[in-house]
Amino acid sequence: MKNNALIIHPRDNVAVALTALTSGSMVTTNGIEAFTTLDEIPISHKIALRNISIGEEIIKYGETVAVSTQMIKKGQWVHTHNLESKRWKK
Amino acid sequence: MNDIRGYIRKNGSVGIRNHILVLPTVSCVNGVVNRIGREVPEAICAPHAHGCGRGGPRDVEILFRILSGLVHHPNVGGVVLIGLGCEVSNTTWLLPLINDSGKPIEVFNVQTDGGSIETSRKGIAAARRMLAEIGSQQRVNVSWDKILIAMECGGSDAMSGITANVAIGAVSDWLVKKGATVIFGENTEMIGTTHVLTRRAKNEQVAGQIEQMIAHAEKLTQDVMGELASLVISPGNMDGGMSTIAEKSMGCIFKGGTTTINQVVDYGQAPSEHGLILQDGPGYDGDSMAGLAASGSQLMFFSTGRGNPVSFPAMPVIKVASNTRIYKAMKDDMDVNAGVLAEGQQLNQLRDQMIDLMIRVINGENTKAEVNGMDVLTFMTVHPPF
Repeated sequence: MKNNALIIHPRDNVAVALTALTSGSMVTTNGIEAFTTLDEIPISHKIALRNISIGEEIIKYGETVAVSTQMIKKGQWVHTHNLESKRWKK
Repeated sequence: MNDIRGYIRKNGSVGIRNHILVLPTVSCVNGVVNRIGREVPEAICAPHAHGCGRGGPRDVEILFRILSGLVHHPNVGGVVLIGLGCEVSNTTWLLPLINDSGKPIEVFNVQTDGGSIETSRKGIAAARRMLAEIGSQQRVNVSWDKILIAMECGGSDAMSGITANVAIGAVSDWLVKKGATVIFGENTEMIGTTHVLTRRAKNEQVAGQIEQMIAHAEKLTQDVMGELASLVISPGNMDGGMSTIAEKSMGCIFKGGTTTINQVVDYGQAPSEHGLILQDGPGYDGDSMAGLAASGSQLMFFSTGRGNPVSFPAMPVIKVASNTRIYKAMKDDMDVNAGVLAEGQQLNQLRDQMIDLMIRVINGENTKAEVNGMDVLTFMTVHPPF
């Protein structure tokens, strides 16, 4: 199965969409993970790889890039609507 | 199969090219340099817009550091230095900084060598003499600890931090493990990653330098741009999926890989440590390339999503496209297509292909930018001209 998402670092809790994905798409990353998107995911945007609770760090590149502001389910779109910058609060 | 061969210089540094560099001290004599270049196309000519008119101590320091750094550059086997006579970076002041290079240097000044035509004639003869002189030098096996490779991104797009910089970062980690040195700069593109980079610092001192460098870059951005400083993360970045400044900057710094940061060097300064090095230099491609080259980088990886074809005199640049569309659209400029990561190729495979290419380039294979002659020399200034 061809990858349509990329996990950049093993520690990451988000993957990056390599193509625009409709809600309900099967996500394939490195031939390993296989789950269904719960939202529409634009190309190069983030998808939750597992359930993420409120206040949990969003890990991409193996590092904290943001903190979630909502409960995020595996397969949901992760972006400015459900996270905030740890550094520059909105 | 990882054997590399280069030219050993008298000071112990290793060149992966053996170029004659024709360098003006000041822009006023670019015409002489260009004339020499037309007659001796094998020489690398590096006209630039600097050399005078800026008297502030920081600008003068940078000017001399860049010019002397390029003379010392390991890929340069000999130098024809063209001066004017009355410039800030005059050859009398420059010579003490370069006379330890151990390579042939011939110096001409237009005001005392008979004007521009006569100086050109002398420079042409000198360049030809030097080419003959260094032509017999041979490559020998060299070790990876003599290799310094610079990582740069320019003309980035939303895929740069996902494909090209990730692949370049994997090469960085491989190089550090091999005992080589990797350097990257672009301090404005480190904003938001202080927590990541300081944690990876070798010791408290390096961590402190990183913190200071990024704080300074952030303050400068705010001082110069005011309210527009927030555009360092722009609506366009967010449309591309980057949610925070930390995420955007991570995509940039990931090209340096994941190893310990052993040293922070000033703009254009040569590192004294091995492993991963940060340079306190600007994000603008041309200025950044000059600083990294003057530090002695023999080779550069340059990721680009929008397609920047620029290269640098005497330092081969490997262009890594972040997406297949720009790779195909600029096929003659791009050496690597990291867009294949978005089409299902595994990172390890791409990394290994890039390492193979890097070794071939170190051993003499030309990059696309070397063939195309897209060199530019420009460097950082901090004050307006007088």
